[in-house]
Amino acid sequence: MLLTITTTTQPATDLGFLLHKNPGAVRTVDLSIGKAHVFYPEANDDRCTAALMLEVDPVALVRGRTGASGEGAVVDQYVNDRPYAASSFLSVAIVKLFGTALAGRSNDRPELAASAIPLEVRIAPLPCRGGETILRRLFEPLGYEVAAERHGLDAQFPEWGESAYFTVTLTATKRLAEMLNHVYVLVPVLDDEKHYWVGDDELEKLLRHGEGWLAAHPERDLIARRYLKHQRGLAREALERLTVGEGPDPDEAQETNDASEAAIERRLSLNEQRLRAVIAVLRGAGTKSVVDLGCGEGKLLRELIDDASFERVAGLEVSHRSLERARDRLMLDRMAPMKAARLTLWHGSLTYRDARLSGFDAATLVEVIEHLDPDRLGALERTVFEFARPGTVVVTTPNSEFNVRFETLPAGRFRHSDHRFEWTRAEFRAWAEQVARRFGYTVRFLPIGPEDAALGAPTQMGVFVRG
Amino acid sequence: MADAKTFRFPELSLVVLLGASGSGKSTFARRHFKPTEVVSSDFCRGLVSDDESSMDASKDAFDVLHFIAGRRLARGKLTVIDATNVTREARAPLVALAREYHCLPVAIVLDMPEKVCLERNASRPDRDFGKHVVRNHIGALRRSRRSLQKEGFRHVFALESEEAVNAAVLIREKLWNDRRDDAGPFDLVGDVHGCFDELHALLGKLGYSVVRETADDGGLRFAVTPPPSSTGTRKAVFLGDLVDRGPKSPEVLRLVMDMCASGAALCVPGNHDVKLMRKLRGRDVQITHGLAESLAQMKREPAGFAARVTEFVDDLVSHFVLDGGNLVVAHAGMRETMQGRGSGKVREFALYGETTGETDEYGLPVRYEWAADYRGRAHVVYGHTPVPEPEWLNKTMCIDTGCVFGGKLTALRWPEKELVCVQAAATYYQPTKPFLPEGEVAPTLTAQQEHDDVLDLADVSGRRAVSTRLMNNVTLREENTHPALEVMSRFAASPKWLIYLPPTMSPPETSSREGHLEHPDEAFSYFRGQGVAKVVCQEKHMGSRAVLVVGRDANAVRRRFGVATGESGACVTRTGRRFFTDPAMETALINRVRAAADAAGLWTRFDTEWFALDAELMPWSAKAQELLRTQYAAVGAAATVGLGEAGHALAAAAQRGIDVAEILDRTTARADRARLYVESYGRYCWPVASVDDLRLAPFHLLATEGAVHVDRDHLWHLGVLDELVAAGGVLQPTRRLVVDLTDPASEAAGAAWWEELTGAGGEGMVVKPLDFVVRGPRQLAQPAVKCRGREYLRIIYGPDYDLPENLARLRKRGLSTKRSLALREFALGVEALERFVRKEPLRRVHECVFGVLALETEPVDPRL
Repeated sequence: MLLTITTTTQPATDLGFLLHKNPGAVRTVDLSIGKAHVFYPEANDDRCTAALMLEVDPVALVRGRTGASGEGAVVDQYVNDRPYAASSFLSVAIVKLFGTALAGRSNDRPELAASAIPLEVRIAPLPCRGGETILRRLFEPLGYEVAAERHGLDAQFPEWGESAYFTVTLTATKRLAEMLNHVYVLVPVLDDEKHYWVGDDELEKLLRHGEGWLAAHPERDLIARRYLKHQRGLAREALERLTVGEGPDPDEAQETNDASEAAIERRLSLNEQRLRAVIAVLRGAGTKSVVDLGCGEGKLLRELIDDASFERVAGLEVSHRSLERARDRLMLDRMAPMKAARLTLWHGSLTYRDARLSGFDAATLVEVIEHLDPDRLGALERTVFEFARPGTVVVTTPNSEFNVRFETLPAGRFRHSDHRFEWTRAEFRAWAEQVARRFGYTVRFLPIGPEDAALGAPTQMGVFVRG
Repeated sequence: MADAKTFRFPELSLVVLLGASGSGKSTFARRHFKPTEVVSSDFCRGLVSDDESSMDASKDAFDVLHFIAGRRLARGKLTVIDATNVTREARAPLVALAREYHCLPVAIVLDMPEKVCLERNASRPDRDFGKHVVRNHIGALRRSRRSLQKEGFRHVFALESEEAVNAAVLIREKLWNDRRDDAGPFDLVGDVHGCFDELHALLGKLGYSVVRETADDGGLRFAVTPPPSSTGTRKAVFLGDLVDRGPKSPEVLRLVMDMCASGAALCVPGNHDVKLMRKLRGRDVQITHGLAESLAQMKREPAGFAARVTEFVDDLVSHFVLDGGNLVVAHAGMRETMQGRGSGKVREFALYGETTGETDEYGLPVRYEWAADYRGRAHVVYGHTPVPEPEWLNKTMCIDTGCVFGGKLTALRWPEKELVCVQAAATYYQPTKPFLPEGEVAPTLTAQQEHDDVLDLADVSGRRAVSTRLMNNVTLREENTHPALEVMSRFAASPKWLIYLPPTMSPPETSSREGHLEHPDEAFSYFRGQGVAKVVCQEKHMGSRAVLVVGRDANAVRRRFGVATGESGACVTRTGRRFFTDPAMETALINRVRAAADAAGLWTRFDTEWFALDAELMPWSAKAQELLRTQYAAVGAAATVGLGEAGHALAAAAQRGIDVAEILDRTTARADRARLYVESYGRYCWPVASVDDLRLAPFHLLATEGAVHVDRDHLWHLGVLDELVAAGGVLQPTRRLVVDLTDPASEAAGAAWWEELTGAGGEGMVVKPLDFVVRGPRQLAQPAVKCRGREYLRIIYGPDYDLPENLARLRKRGLSTKRSLALREFALGVEALERFVRKEPLRRVHECVFGVLALETEPVDPRL
């Protein structure tokens, strides 16, 4: 991994004074993750380039799991790009080798350190999560001219497409310290490596190195969020061991997919309308106790728990991560005891019969059934309608006929890539009536969202009442 | 009155001692019961308050006492309550507790003279309460004695002097339903309902000889000789409802009563038998459901017969626990918590089962499906509700096949579990609701398969111990079952397909050879150390593990797997997901494998309609595309760019005369190794446009109907699979070499073969003992050890792994967790197959497969 800093200030070799590194020598320091070298590929009065090269020790990376923040604490033992890609390791090396320059000081050229000089920074390879767009959104507002060359994954297999790695050139006239601080903060943000280890002092570091520019940056929220990314819990690691090599990370995929579904439906504020409609049905049925099956991050639960007429509220969710989010978002730890006593969250699955689900007045399945493979739907039907057997069951699911009205949704695609099916009104009706008949319920159907004369409403709702 | 009194009571009782303070209850309890059987209120006071005489701790102390007693009774343990228990309020919760756990409350009253109590208390420093306390106790006790029976104490024993107390003898008796010592063999017979001719024929079919004689009362008498058996005398067991509706109830009664009297049969009562008895005793019962027929037939019997019947039915025990506790028989079934217990509720359940309180469209009570929830260890065989065909459901079976309604009379032979039946000669009685299917019906799922559509969370969640044939109990921790539930629910194929998941595989001990992390020598010496003389080395294919279930056709799959989607097979990954996102690709692959099985004559050879294969499916990129893109190829791209850029910069610096030679050399060498790394994974990737681009290399024929082939050695497996592979196309053979571990030359040839395979770009080889299952000196031996090639390991450990300083550090790797997991997962996988082949309920199979998934969440170095 290589960072080069080139200047054409006159004399260009003053860069050596600014960096406190002699252009005529190599300087090597030991880091906990390997070595860093500074040397000068070119050094003349017109143009001078300093190179910072990281030689990461791949074995130490895996074995030394004790590292402090940003150093040598890579959890993943699979072969990975950490030894080769620009990452928080680069920031660590900058502090170690260019610490004085980073602080804006120079013993020999203090006035130059305080002046803007023409600078060209080249980083290779820089992993950019979110691609060139994010790269530009991060550096252009700071006055850099950005040139980026994206690298393919493997020349043998061009069909595999592009990699996440860029060779990036940033050009600007700036104080050296300014530039170094930008690189210090933004390289790890672009890398956004999930294994990045966050210590208690990270926030303080971010504030220090972001002083004078971060607060005004249009992407400051993104920067802070990515920079301060939390480490993974043990539960997540356990799940990861089962899902690695079996497709995309399920939790990350879920977040992305949830977000894109929300984006597709946003114009209609469908989510809001769905929750309102479901609550109206529950109130209409005089529901005292309700279990939200597939409660996700608890959006419906939050509404339910704020209405004291729901004396007992429970949420069941299969994704451990979503359940943790629900706990956070509902602020369960800080909830008033009387209120908390009305709420229960359970980890569980709708394809397994669950004794805890018995005895509720109502159950809700809001945008849940379409996440099950059709051949597992039978298990859900029996779990809910035969065994849990609440008086009222509310089911909502997309109406696929309406999809053509979503401009951003390509034809034939589902709204969420984890959807295993999306039904027309006739399909949903056929399923619901058959379920109702088999288990002794009656069912009525209600539209949610603006109804199109020909296509129906974007969301369809079935309300099942036990006969 | 110092005569020795003998008290007899059931061995599972709640014994309540009654007596004033100082009456000697604790001393009495110590003499007759184990210390752990006695729960004393004083002790519980001490537990909650540190003071055994603290009266203000009474409420908490009794909560604890009731809790302990409840837990003990739930476990079937006799429990003695050592407290004064002189008031009705104190005793009522104890009687309720005994009822809750279906055991009898027994009262032992120590009604000692006041003087004795006072003297005893005077000698104890902690009992300095006034005389009035003892006096009040004794008063309350004496007032209570009259009402104890009414309160629910079935046995009341009273002792009124120190002499009587000292002389008392307590005898615990087995319950009448406890016939665990009787191992049969048995012939269990369903509801007869007066169908004497069919019963006679059935007994004949079962091998009983029935001789008609004339009884003393002038009626019939039967001398019955059971069929010869090598394992003990066979015995018929009648499951009740001998009478009503049918034409010859008295004859049936005579036959059964004679058989019971001679020891040729056991009988439990049915609701009809009891109702007839009550009518014969003059009770007011409704003459419905065929009772009128019985009464008319009884009128033709000689005097005294009715009395004999009444006595016989009255003496019948509600249910029996037989054959070491493996078999429970009762008329209407028996839930686990009631088995081997005696109470009114137990008897009620045995006679009528349980109803939900609702009635159906025919006005009949809706029965609660206790069998659907049954999780007990014992098999339960029962009758009561007519069914068209008897079927096992969760180890229970109803064998009432509606003979009197024109169905058939069924017997179940135990322990053979064979069904024997006789068709009804006529429809003797019209059923209120039809129980026989009308006309021909399409093949449907069995009751068990239908039930198995929904598994119960309680069968997989939390901390679990799964018992396996190969390893006894395999423990699963709660933190592992959680992620397994998530993956099973969100991503896995239907559990009905998941009859096996493969175990993880360990590498050999780390090699100390220069440049090597793994070498066959260590694999060979490991197996030699396990006492194995011969191993088979198998080429390790570099793809993704796949488990295939292939049915002969969709109907076969529906019959055997209960999958009614029209699919005729499935291909899943090591974590139970569908291998392909495109169902058409899966179908095409299954069809190819089925065609190969047709060509190889596999169906007839194994007399099977399905088989399961353990295999490797290539290319690697077919499944691992995501991993390749985000991990392996990404590393290659980053390394190529990063090292290339650094190389250019270093070369420029060198040109300027800066001394970077050492760094430059190192960087160039790293770039070379990055190239090797990219070449290495590239060998295992190729584009897949259709099924023809796939390669499937099967190496285990896991199971076929009736057999899990773990008793066959690996050469057998490969031999059978060679015939399958001969069909060519998608199927690919697994090259192999047998190595004799007692012959150095043979070992050297094995190592050379490995060099050859890996030198040509192969991943490496898998070394397996010839036998599928090998027990080593202490435990199971590893079923397989993988020995990976040097270039392949570059993908796993990174491009620079074989630098001497890196190898030296990488050699410090621990294998024990990986090996322990491999064994436990192997045991669970084999257990899953064996349970499936034994046709156990899906939850029992699923429990094992789920266990493999749970264990796979254990943290272990993924590079191993």
